[in-house]
Amino acid sequence: MEYLSIFFDEVYKIIFLLVPVLVSVAMIVWLDRRVWAFVQKRQGPNVVGPFGLLQTIADALKYVFKEIIIPSSANKVIFILAPIVTMTLALIAWAVIPFSATQVLADINVGILYLFAVSSLGVYGIIMGGWASNSKYPFLGAIRSAAQMVSYEVSIGVIIINVLLCVGSLNLNDIVIAQQDLWFVIPLFPMFIIFFISALAETNRPPFDLPEAEAELVAGYQTEYSGMMYAMFWLGEYANILLMCAIGSVLFLGGWLSPLEIYPFTLVPGPVWLILKILLLFFLFALVKAIVPRYRYDQLMRLGWKVFLPISLIWVVLTASFLFYFNLLPVN
Amino acid sequence: MIAHSIFFYTFSIIAIVSAIMVTASKNTVHSVFFLILDFISISCLFIMIGAEFLGMIMLIVYVGAVAVLFLFVVMMLNVAQQKNQWFSSEDSSKHIPVGLIIGTVIFVELIIVIGGWKFKPDLFDINNSIESIKISNTHSLGQVLYTDYIHVFQISGMILLVAMIGAIVLTFRKREGVKTQSYIKQISRERSDGVSVLKVESNKGVKIDD
Repeated sequence: MEYLSIFFDEVYKIIFLLVPVLVSVAMIVWLDRRVWAFVQKRQGPNVVGPFGLLQTIADALKYVFKEIIIPSSANKVIFILAPIVTMTLALIAWAVIPFSATQVLADINVGILYLFAVSSLGVYGIIMGGWASNSKYPFLGAIRSAAQMVSYEVSIGVIIINVLLCVGSLNLNDIVIAQQDLWFVIPLFPMFIIFFISALAETNRPPFDLPEAEAELVAGYQTEYSGMMYAMFWLGEYANILLMCAIGSVLFLGGWLSPLEIYPFTLVPGPVWLILKILLLFFLFALVKAIVPRYRYDQLMRLGWKVFLPISLIWVVLTASFLFYFNLLPVN
Repeated sequence: MIAHSIFFYTFSIIAIVSAIMVTASKNTVHSVFFLILDFISISCLFIMIGAEFLGMIMLIVYVGAVAVLFLFVVMMLNVAQQKNQWFSSEDSSKHIPVGLIIGTVIFVELIIVIGGWKFKPDLFDINNSIESIKISNTHSLGQVLYTDYIHVFQISGMILLVAMIGAIVLTFRKREGVKTQSYIKQISRERSDGVSVLKVESNKGVKIDD
């Protein structure tokens, strides 16, 4: 009985985390398309529901009722597993995101490593999908994304080390609390920029959407997918984008902390601040998608290995020496 | 404790079965996927004994980077050609004795190490870690790694660096006649290099390429 009550308690918490995440993924798709449209002086989706808010729900319904086509020469098990892996990995990472000092599903010691591990597993969904489709374009997309995501993970890892040097703990709540006086976006501003661009590349967003470049690869690894399986890829991708925004706001923008610890701001609860910060970052993601042209593949690789990696490594040395020289190293 | 042992046996069985499937499966790409499953269940076991840092590093390094490169290489191979079954052909059954000998040696080594741990605990200095149970294992790893074992740590880092440079030197070759783009040239191109406005007199035209 005791086990059962613990089990149901946890299931209840998980559902109350996952359902809002899935709903906000749907909303965020709408926001993305609206921002994209407004930059190009279009209206965007504005018919279904108020301001077109229900457009994504309508799209999802459409996908559910479509037939799932599995190519005859595809590797069926891996073909079906790929979107499931993408979706699951995008969702399980939310377990450690702190919404306030107490509202966190799993307050584990190595929270940031968990996030990094899960986001580095995200590449498997794409590789599996691309390989199992047994077709040229998906395979090219998969190979591209494998190389791209591995490259940009390296710089994200080094940026995380920068933040960890200032915190002295791998726990996400400790990272947030360490920013009480000063958000890390101010002392580590160049790292924030590099993190933002690497997050774009890690989530295959434009201008780094080479794995699914519709002009050259006909949507890359998603080419052979249809119906609900395509929708799962698509939802997983947006859940990943939302997750990257959440990681960015936890690492650099103070997570659930309010910008100023004075009266009107302190009334607003922590989760609201976190959501506002995630939305701000996502708005930037959407703007970048609308205004920046796609990179060439060699330029992408050069940016990752020859520009971001050296700069972030040098910044690690700088941060460490600064903290050491001024005796600011966190001790606990 | 029951839940604990259920999880332990689940993860161990998955780990062992997937390790067998790595060698047994016909398709090379499937082998790599089983290897990934093996890594993941091993890291789950690490987390279960409280070594959360090691478990996460296992995931990041082995699953997130090494296995991706494995997949990368294996996918490039022509998988359709490798149809030989496990131990069925004459060729592969010749390797069984060698494999058995190596397996036995590793097994005996493991027994010596683990048995020593079990029966002669004073050989292994684990008393310190029990005292400092309050600090997280990330901290305790760092305290040991960067103080007592700093030289070993640095030497292993240097070995990795040498291996990396060696791999680059072995595979690097300069090929003649390859067309490449120069970023500096592309970025530093001015408007005046490409476009010029001319007054064209009628019936005379403009001479280009002068």
